Amino acid sequence: MDRKSFFSTLRRRETPAAGDWDFNAVKEAVEAGIAPVKGKLNDTQLRHLLRRAMFGASENDLHHFSGKKIKKIMQELLADTDMPAPPVNNYNDPPEKKDDVNYYVDEEIPEGQTWITATITNGKNNGRRKNSFKAWWVSQMLNQSPNIREKMVLFWHNHFATETAVIDNAIYIYRHNELLRKHALGNFKDMVKAITLDPAMLKYLNGNANTKKAPDENYGRELQELFTVGKGPDSRYTENDVKAAARVLTGYRIDNKTFTSVFEPGRHDDTDKQFSEFYHNTVIKGRKKEEGKEELDELIDMIFAQPEVAKFICRKLYRFFVYHQIDDKAEANVITPLADVFRKNKYEIKPVLEALFSSDHFFEAANYGGMIKSPVDLVVGFCREFEVKFDNANAVPDQYGLWLQLQQQASSMQQNIGDPPNVAGWQAYYQEPQYDKLWISSDTLPKRNQFTDRMINNGLTRSKAKLVVDVLQFTKDIPRAEDPNALIAELSKLFYSVSLSPEEQQFIKVNTLLSGLTNMQSDHYWTDAWKAFLQNPDDKKNKDVVVKKLKALYRYMMNRPEYQLC
Amino acid sequence: MKRRDFFRITLPSVTLPMLVNGFSMQAFAESPLAGLIEAGEENDRVLVLVQLNGGNDGLNTIIPIDVYDRYYAARTNIAIPKEKILTLQGVDHTGLNPAMTHMQQLYSEGKISIVQAVSYPKPNFSHFRATDIWLTGADSDQVLESGWAGRYLDESYPGFPADYPSSKMTDPLAIQIGGIVSPALQGPLTTMGMAISNPTSFYALLKSEPFAQSPSRAGDQLAYIRQMSMKTDQYAGVIKQAALKVKQQSDKYPAAGKNPLADQLKIVARLIAGGLKTKVYMVSMGGFDTHSRQTEQGDTTSGNHARLLGRLSEAIGAFMEDINGLGVGDRVLGMTFSEFGRRIKSNASGGTDHGAGAPVILFGNKVKPGVMGTSPDIPEQANVKDNVGMQHDFRALYAGILRNWFQKEPAETRLVLYKDFQPLNIV
Repeated sequence: MDRKSFFSTLRRRETPAAGDWDFNAVKEAVEAGIAPVKGKLNDTQLRHLLRRAMFGASENDLHHFSGKKIKKIMQELLADTDMPAPPVNNYNDPPEKKDDVNYYVDEEIPEGQTWITATITNGKNNGRRKNSFKAWWVSQMLNQSPNIREKMVLFWHNHFATETAVIDNAIYIYRHNELLRKHALGNFKDMVKAITLDPAMLKYLNGNANTKKAPDENYGRELQELFTVGKGPDSRYTENDVKAAARVLTGYRIDNKTFTSVFEPGRHDDTDKQFSEFYHNTVIKGRKKEEGKEELDELIDMIFAQPEVAKFICRKLYRFFVYHQIDDKAEANVITPLADVFRKNKYEIKPVLEALFSSDHFFEAANYGGMIKSPVDLVVGFCREFEVKFDNANAVPDQYGLWLQLQQQASSMQQNIGDPPNVAGWQAYYQEPQYDKLWISSDTLPKRNQFTDRMINNGLTRSKAKLVVDVLQFTKDIPRAEDPNALIAELSKLFYSVSLSPEEQQFIKVNTLLSGLTNMQSDHYWTDAWKAFLQNPDDKKNKDVVVKKLKALYRYMMNRPEYQLC
Repeated sequence: MKRRDFFRITLPSVTLPMLVNGFSMQAFAESPLAGLIEAGEENDRVLVLVQLNGGNDGLNTIIPIDVYDRYYAARTNIAIPKEKILTLQGVDHTGLNPAMTHMQQLYSEGKISIVQAVSYPKPNFSHFRATDIWLTGADSDQVLESGWAGRYLDESYPGFPADYPSSKMTDPLAIQIGGIVSPALQGPLTTMGMAISNPTSFYALLKSEPFAQSPSRAGDQLAYIRQMSMKTDQYAGVIKQAALKVKQQSDKYPAAGKNPLADQLKIVARLIAGGLKTKVYMVSMGGFDTHSRQTEQGDTTSGNHARLLGRLSEAIGAFMEDINGLGVGDRVLGMTFSEFGRRIKSNASGGTDHGAGAPVILFGNKVKPGVMGTSPDIPEQANVKDNVGMQHDFRALYAGILRNWFQKEPAETRLVLYKDFQPLNIV
């Protein structure tokens, strides 16, 4: 089969076959609002918080937060943290590849040194750096501290969506990502201004081609439709507002030496810009020379005076972190008061997140398991929950190679970080009425299961390095692992945000840990094997028995649909 | 990584779970490269493996008449009274547990072959290890990763799963009813089988009604994922198609839920008769780990073990009647097996502890009827350590199935079993 028909096969299979599903069916309402939850969080609540605010609920993070008051947890979760070390050259070809046509060694940047300061960019190193960047980004998620920042970086990436395939230059790509990370928990209004002037965004939405002679409306439109006031029923900006905003934004270009944007008065439209009634008929006065830059501040002030901005962002946060459907109750009891918090705090992001993640509403049991994990959540969360470790932390090419494999796994499940489908971000976050159900298709569901199977069976490898679940070590850390009932009950809490019935737990036990032994008194066979392993880990035959059973158990639990929820 | 390499790594890997009523039904995703390699078996013969989990007490299943006194002395508290033993037509040295009336009937029809004292050198007494040995076809001290039936299928269908389904093999290679896919079906790289976890999930598939939508937020998402996996499962379609071709099955099956093994075999019969080309089916029943209260005190012909054997016999009886009624009886060979037999001497709790050799029962129109081997050697005064000694290596039995039933060449049989075993002449 040639490549074309190969891809057409893929496409055909991607079409969801759930035509008779009523996506609009009314789900149970959650009445509670944003009053703070009372008392200490129990483990179930804490895991719910971790699954949403971080990638997966790892036991380490659970222990870290366990017993702390919600106020304290929020302080840590929302704390400012240091910026990570930037990505490095992982991409030199080894000497044995010297005769390859594509052989490449970066003469400027040695292996292990960061390339973000490189002065030479060419066809040979740029693609390698883009991969280096994506691998590095995955590692930021994998190694996240007990903090929401990395999840927010992904949120903002989906919000201010750009594509590395369009930006192209890896240094701009990195700097754009750095910008998202710096502002992730800062001030949203400042962030919008920074994004507007970000060279990567200027290139992605043609801001650098927006001149008074040939205005380009692309950014002027998305700034309103996708980034600030949105397309809600009360967002009534006009086509003329798009044109006027575009004219305000004329005059910027990118300086390829400094990697910054530069304002060129000569390219700026210095006539007055008239806005619609929605913006209270504001006129932004045209300015000449360097003063032309100031029009942007006025534009942003004008937009942020609209209450829709806060509501639009709060709805987006809600869909990303809580639930895809916003019914009238959620709109009244959560979105409206949350938007008030946002505006009262002058668009500071932290107070909104604190209000949302401390709220009674967020912790309503009805919300547990109400979301389908995004591919990144599945892949990174899996590695974090299973504490998958790298064999050799020092070999940069291996490390980056494995991170990149994880990135590609998520990508094959339709979430390619750095390259969302378009400027609107991933459909799962906005496409009515399916929303996150779009992550699940005939193409992606098998891949999700193949991924978890593979991580449990043989793992991912790159030369001698390996990423694989250590089922023995993982199980050792489970209290009372010798009791098959306790083990499965504990794992269910660890992996699932919804509970399994006793019959389902029995089914799992009999078919994985007990080799089909159904008698109630058969539990001791697992107990004996596990204890024998702990006492004599070198008994190969018994170890083999234990490993096989645990692998079957973990594979099966990950294959259940419950693991797709968070 | 090159795009091609990437797909090679991600696409043909493992399984597509089909999730039905909370249980998973696994099958392979369709490969986009399907149809490149045509391979497979020429004959339409099917093997049905019936696994008796827990270690079936062979001595109370196939009961020695010729050494009855020693048998009785070794296990007086659970021994079946001589006059209650079901006789086998034309055989005077051995008989059946009284609960196995359907088997007795099948035997008289020439559709049963009993292989005595099947085991292997240095038998293992751990359920887990012994089960692995039987399922993988390993030596006692050897650890194998793949299953014997999985290796047979891998041998016969090269390129699985990447190149399947193909125009010649449109159907799952192996299907397990009940539980999750058995290690017996594990191939060298991937499992060769899919599982229909329970009969309920099978009938839910046939109904094709959408999953009941739940008003709960998580319940709604779960139902959607289950619905999606069922609708898009490559093999769900062929299974459903095959099943729907069969309009009527034998009325000899007990009511659903009364006999789990019969429920499983009823599905197997339906799929075979519906035209699936699937080569291996696996079904199982548990409860054979009869350390205590194996029989009723006072009436050793009733109790736990008798109930199990009754169900086994009833299920196989109904299945045989069904496949013959459906006209596919000649294509089917069945085999019961258990990870080990039980100790010759019973214990004081009215049960038996883990043992070694045990009989295997083969069923089918084409089996060579009769009893292969002699009654087990039973010492005059059996002690707790005495076991049923091996007369037939279980891999000689597998070799018999591969050579004589599936008509594999000796070289192929060796590749599956890793060694040469003298194939038992079973069909």
